[in-house]
Amino acid sequence: MAIRDYIRERFMPHIWCPGCGHGIVMNNLIRAVENLELRKRDIVMVSGIGCSARISGYLDFHTLHTLHGRALAFATGVKMARPELRILVPMGDGDATAIGGNHFIHAARRNIDLTAVIMNNRIYGMTGGQYSPLSGRGKAATTAPLGNIDQAFDIADLAMSAGASFVARTTTYHAVSMIKILEKAIMHKGFSVVEILTQCPTYFGRKNRLGSAVDMMKAYKTGTTPVGSEAKKEDPELIERGIFVEEDRPEYCTEYENIIKKAMGVH
Amino acid sequence: MSNKTLFLQGNAVCVEAALYAGLDFFAGYPITPSTEIAELLSLKLPRKGGKFIQMEDEIASMCAIIGASLTGLKSMTATSGPGFSLKQEAIGYAVMTEIPCVIVNVQRGGPSTGLPTSPSQGDVMQARWGTHGDHSIITLTASNHQDVFAMTVEAFNLAETYRTPVILLFDEVIGHMREKLQMPDPEDIPLVERLWTSVKEGTDFHPYLPREDGRLPMSDFGGIHRYNVTGLIHDMWGFPSNKPDVAHGLMHHLVDKIENRVHEITRYKEFFLDDAECILISYGSAARSALHVVESRRARGEALGLLELQTLWPFPAEVVRKRCAHAKYLLVVELNMGQILQEVKKAVMDPEKVFLSNKIDGTFITPTDIRNVLRLIQGKGV
Repeated sequence: MAIRDYIRERFMPHIWCPGCGHGIVMNNLIRAVENLELRKRDIVMVSGIGCSARISGYLDFHTLHTLHGRALAFATGVKMARPELRILVPMGDGDATAIGGNHFIHAARRNIDLTAVIMNNRIYGMTGGQYSPLSGRGKAATTAPLGNIDQAFDIADLAMSAGASFVARTTTYHAVSMIKILEKAIMHKGFSVVEILTQCPTYFGRKNRLGSAVDMMKAYKTGTTPVGSEAKKEDPELIERGIFVEEDRPEYCTEYENIIKKAMGVH
Repeated sequence: MSNKTLFLQGNAVCVEAALYAGLDFFAGYPITPSTEIAELLSLKLPRKGGKFIQMEDEIASMCAIIGASLTGLKSMTATSGPGFSLKQEAIGYAVMTEIPCVIVNVQRGGPSTGLPTSPSQGDVMQARWGTHGDHSIITLTASNHQDVFAMTVEAFNLAETYRTPVILLFDEVIGHMREKLQMPDPEDIPLVERLWTSVKEGTDFHPYLPREDGRLPMSDFGGIHRYNVTGLIHDMWGFPSNKPDVAHGLMHHLVDKIENRVHEITRYKEFFLDDAECILISYGSAARSALHVVESRRARGEALGLLELQTLWPFPAEVVRKRCAHAKYLLVVELNMGQILQEVKKAVMDPEKVFLSNKIDGTFITPTDIRNVLRLIQGKGV
């Protein structure tokens, strides 16, 4: 199918600012689904609230645009009810790790077969540039005019510690490898997390004098390095990208099928 | 009615009734005094191929049942005061997106942690106005186990009919008390199943375009129609809209579908109303003591009656006004500081004749408590 066959053109134009990275993520999600030859009717996209959450409305899947932070809780209900459906959960960094932090760690702990795509732009964009748990110490935001004193999370570390069986990180600069990572995450049986560093030139970029969207993407090129590379040893400031964990562990809905068999006395 | 007689806790009756109504999915979080509902369903649901999940918190439980319902499963959660507070945002989401579901609140004393193991009816107004924004909601209650069964089945039926969350407002006494239940046979109570769209695959399906009768046919997530569901004001496609006429139309649809059908949603019971000079109005466990007072006074020849409300929201104002028009006094009996009292005062022509007998100390209201207030009203002193 053509890319446009996945898009609800009726609902265009989208709401994203010029230079926003979310469109790159949406494009690559479509390409991953296309490459995997998945049927649109087998895909449910569940999102919360925020710029990133709007992806769900634009795509021609079963789409559920829910409450701020709660996408994974809604998605858990959908997946438990219909385990054969593939569930994609696009989230923002505030959506996933602040207001939705509890649901995030528990979905990871259960290892329920959902694909969480976290667009980390380090800011609350839709409300106009407040600091998020990913902004980082010393950064500027509309609610940190004198400098942010909040320490940041490492989403990949958090996901791994909580029990996610697939954890990866990529950036909007690395668009081609992002497709492959998304394909693996979607096909992985268990809770998969893909953190995507994505630029918000309008708020995070402007507040922190990071230049244009292109400048911010170039910084993803120079500021990241493949997992386990020598460069990281020389420069600990570099952010690792690639797949951190990909393990076969008991998946929640499969485990629950066994509970049903036990309850019914089927052995 | 079958010959099968059970002796159960009210929470267990609620479970039996939910399964009778076709419950397939339950998500919950432990909280006194509703926990038994989750415990029982963790075994009974998988036995019939249904799904149970204990979520990480009350909010997640509410969200999960909405997600499951969207795929076509009859879904329920159960909680008590603090949990009910936490669920409110998601209850509003179910109102806005018109996703059927049932929320059981076995009330305990509040506010805050309050009196976890004591009865209360303090959440009546929260059931009505707990979530933000203008909206309407259906809330049912019951005073005995046979009615707990009937109202639980009714809750599922109304949820499907009106595509709305329905709240079952029980209380600690009803939840934990054990009494007889005559188990209905499978065909005894009609069940309302989901109204599915007849729109064929490949034809445009408008998920939020109501039929002429106001009902909204559904298409299961994962089925042949793909559409958008959002908590934003949305058009007939389910897509966000800022247009004033779309907002106006949707708000009216959401409220009118319930408020215009109060007569269809109202359930109540009446005892000796026709010639009653004094009418007690009560509901839930408090109605048990009220009924005792009425029956014992009737035995002595006094003209007392009882109007027992089972639908609390939408408030059956017309029933209250008409059935109580002839009475000299009305006495509202409830375990709060007068939440239904205010509704009764608004409903009747003469609010001066409406009095309150209540209890808010965590103990159950007794017939003696009610008799003491009656003496005051009737000018006999205490």
